[in-house]
Amino acid sequence: MMQFMLLFSRQGKLRLQKWYVAHPDKLKKKITRELITTVLARKPKMCSFLEWKDVKVVYKRYASLYFCCAMEQEDNELLTLELIHRYVELLDKYFGSVCELDIIFNFEKAYFILDELVLGGELQETSKKNVLKAIAAQDLLQEEETPQGFFEDHGLG
Amino acid sequence: MANSNIFFHSDLNSNTQFVVGLALCTLGAIASPEMARDLASEVERLIKSPNAYIKKKAALCAFRIIRRVPDLMEMFLPATRSLLTEKNHGVLITGVTLITEMCENSPDTLNHFKKIVPNLVRILKNLILAGYSPEHDVSGVSDPFLQVKILRLLRILGKNDAEASEAMNDILAQVATNTETSKNVGNTILYETVLSIMDIKSESSLRVLAINILGRFLLNNDKNIRYVALNTLLRTVHVDTSAVQRHRTTILECLKDPDVSIRRRAMELSFALINGQNIRAMMKELLSFLERSDAEFKAHCSSAMVLAAERYAPSSKWHLDTLFQVLLKAGNYLRDDTVSNTIQIVSAAPGERQAYASMRLWTSLERSALSADATEKQPLIQVAAWTIGEYGDMLVSEASNAISMVDDDGVDDFTRPTEEYVIDIYQKLLWSTQLSITTKEYLLLSLAKLSTRFTTRGGQDKIRVIIDTFGSHIHIELQQRGVELSQLYKQYAHLRPALLERMPPMEASTATERERDDSDTETEQPLTNIQTEQNPLLDLINGSELLANGDVEHTPIAPTNNNSNTNVTECVVRALERNGVLVELCAVRGGDTATLTMRARSHAASTISDFLFQAAVPRTFRLDMMSPSGTVLTPQGEITQVLKITNPSKTPLRLRIRVSYSIDGNPILEQAEVNSFPPDLFN
Repeated sequence: MMQFMLLFSRQGKLRLQKWYVAHPDKLKKKITRELITTVLARKPKMCSFLEWKDVKVVYKRYASLYFCCAMEQEDNELLTLELIHRYVELLDKYFGSVCELDIIFNFEKAYFILDELVLGGELQETSKKNVLKAIAAQDLLQEEETPQGFFEDHGLG
Repeated sequence: MANSNIFFHSDLNSNTQFVVGLALCTLGAIASPEMARDLASEVERLIKSPNAYIKKKAALCAFRIIRRVPDLMEMFLPATRSLLTEKNHGVLITGVTLITEMCENSPDTLNHFKKIVPNLVRILKNLILAGYSPEHDVSGVSDPFLQVKILRLLRILGKNDAEASEAMNDILAQVATNTETSKNVGNTILYETVLSIMDIKSESSLRVLAINILGRFLLNNDKNIRYVALNTLLRTVHVDTSAVQRHRTTILECLKDPDVSIRRRAMELSFALINGQNIRAMMKELLSFLERSDAEFKAHCSSAMVLAAERYAPSSKWHLDTLFQVLLKAGNYLRDDTVSNTIQIVSAAPGERQAYASMRLWTSLERSALSADATEKQPLIQVAAWTIGEYGDMLVSEASNAISMVDDDGVDDFTRPTEEYVIDIYQKLLWSTQLSITTKEYLLLSLAKLSTRFTTRGGQDKIRVIIDTFGSHIHIELQQRGVELSQLYKQYAHLRPALLERMPPMEASTATERERDDSDTETEQPLTNIQTEQNPLLDLINGSELLANGDVEHTPIAPTNNNSNTNVTECVVRALERNGVLVELCAVRGGDTATLTMRARSHAASTISDFLFQAAVPRTFRLDMMSPSGTVLTPQGEITQVLKITNPSKTPLRLRIRVSYSIDGNPILEQAEVNSFPPDLFN
């Protein structure tokens, strides 16, 4: 089971975080800070796995973004790399050649996609098509439910 | 919380699948115990939903709920089984995840699910054999996510179960041989397969196949795969060592990997692979690894090497050589106990080896002193100083020429130093500001010892000058040592040779066999002094000997009057017998208070004076000692002393005794514990 997933930039800025285990905010911040420093300090030649406290951290860099998952001991590290890759593919398909800015400005979409891929720390859907279909349908639902001009009327558009 | 659960209830019953999906997703992420209990039945209902989108999410929610509150597992069991009959991969993978969690949860459920092994095998077979399906394909492999999950569940089901293992042997072999290995996905599946093969009761041919896969992994360009391979080998090395041994060279190759995590694994694995046959080759590799490794490895690596060398050393010469190499290469990262261990091994070695050790260590010592890197190798300096101090006479003597100093590479780089040169090197080291105080203490004491090993006049004077300078050293400990050792040149000069005698081998308890070759009365005195000092120490070491002394002599002397009603009986316990002095305790029962009579008899040739008997009892007892009959034991004489011990708690008596006396003016102190009194002494 995945314990949490972090996306952060090469500068160490946190872009996305998803926790599947309950921790107090303070601890989450501490873990995030420590892990980002540790991962950023690793050289490109090193392998993608890190034994860190009681979890196995699997990370991979895509362009300027680090995708970092904390897995439990019995999980398959190589499969986690595939999972990260799958998520990146989905983001890429959805945004159309995704970049860091897409995730910064549309973070809620990035979360939606993750929620359709992983639930409670375990993979729920192995078909890319199904995930994208679900996201598209939800986008449609949102558009229908939000009356045309709603945000504009309230000066938010 | 109650409020939020109401929202959950309404959302979980919504007509829009995405609303239900969102509620399930949230529940899956939070899943607090209260929520889990409250909403479990809703989730169970949703698992049975015909909608695959909701079904898979509900299954994972159930997984989280069970993980949080294991008691809730029962209610999900019926719905779970049917998940495996679905075609949808999302439902299949979540179903397998849920079953895996249940099986890990309780052995009963594990047995319950044994019967699904054929279903799992069929699903897996379909995945491998089915043609290209664009929806689930990942670079030529059909749904690796599902395959891995199934393989893991098979592993759990097949563990310690011959029948289930038998059922999955074929499919595992099929997966292992048919999977494309050029991409990470293929290796992911192979990795999981290997884990399963090693965990279940698989056929031996399959195990060989698995180890060979790992062997191939080790040669892979991808560092992640190399890492995984080492990790898995490390896990399986205890199951099948010989199979792993075949990949030894590849593993040793990984010691040179640029990635530190891989090096660490390779190092651990190498230590697991060491045995009596390969120790020489392995140690050679590990020594060169130790030399170039990072500081963080050195401590761990060196102590593991010391252990391995001790366990598998083919010869004592090899053992010593290896230890010296480790000392040389690990430098200051060496753990402290290695120094004392090495010293102990040198001290217990035969004389020729000791000479060899001193010559070898001299070369290292000289080199570090000249190249000024001694501060980096203080443990080595310490061992070298100790050894040269003890066996310095053999180092400079021409008599040791017979010992071959040719090392493994066929080089003999030993040149016999002159006494004065040795002292010069010592001086250089002692006057260096960088060495630690401990190292300097070793060196100073060693130098003092050398004063009795070396014979030339010039050398003696030099040593004396160096020692004298330490009389004003800034560090108090060294200063004290300096002053003490200087005294051995002044009014206590006569004590010096004996005090600085060679140490006895440290393992054996040979102090009693100390040769007193010197009949000179001047040296007789200090020798016995040393002996008396050592005796308490020896007593600690020779626990068995001490026990024997305090052992029972359970001879209850026949009661003086044969009336069985009276409980006044007597027993004699031999408490101590050494140096011709026998101490017996004669106990007489008397209710709460027992009366002990100590009887000390002497069989020694000379008169014993200043005899003092002391005793101690646990706190619950009370001890009253009468005055002794005397303090002087003539040969065949006797001293008695009466002890009254009151023991209201009636527990068995434990007594500690201490006897001090002097024979011919030499003070002797003996201690013993006497536990062999009859348990019913106080009745």
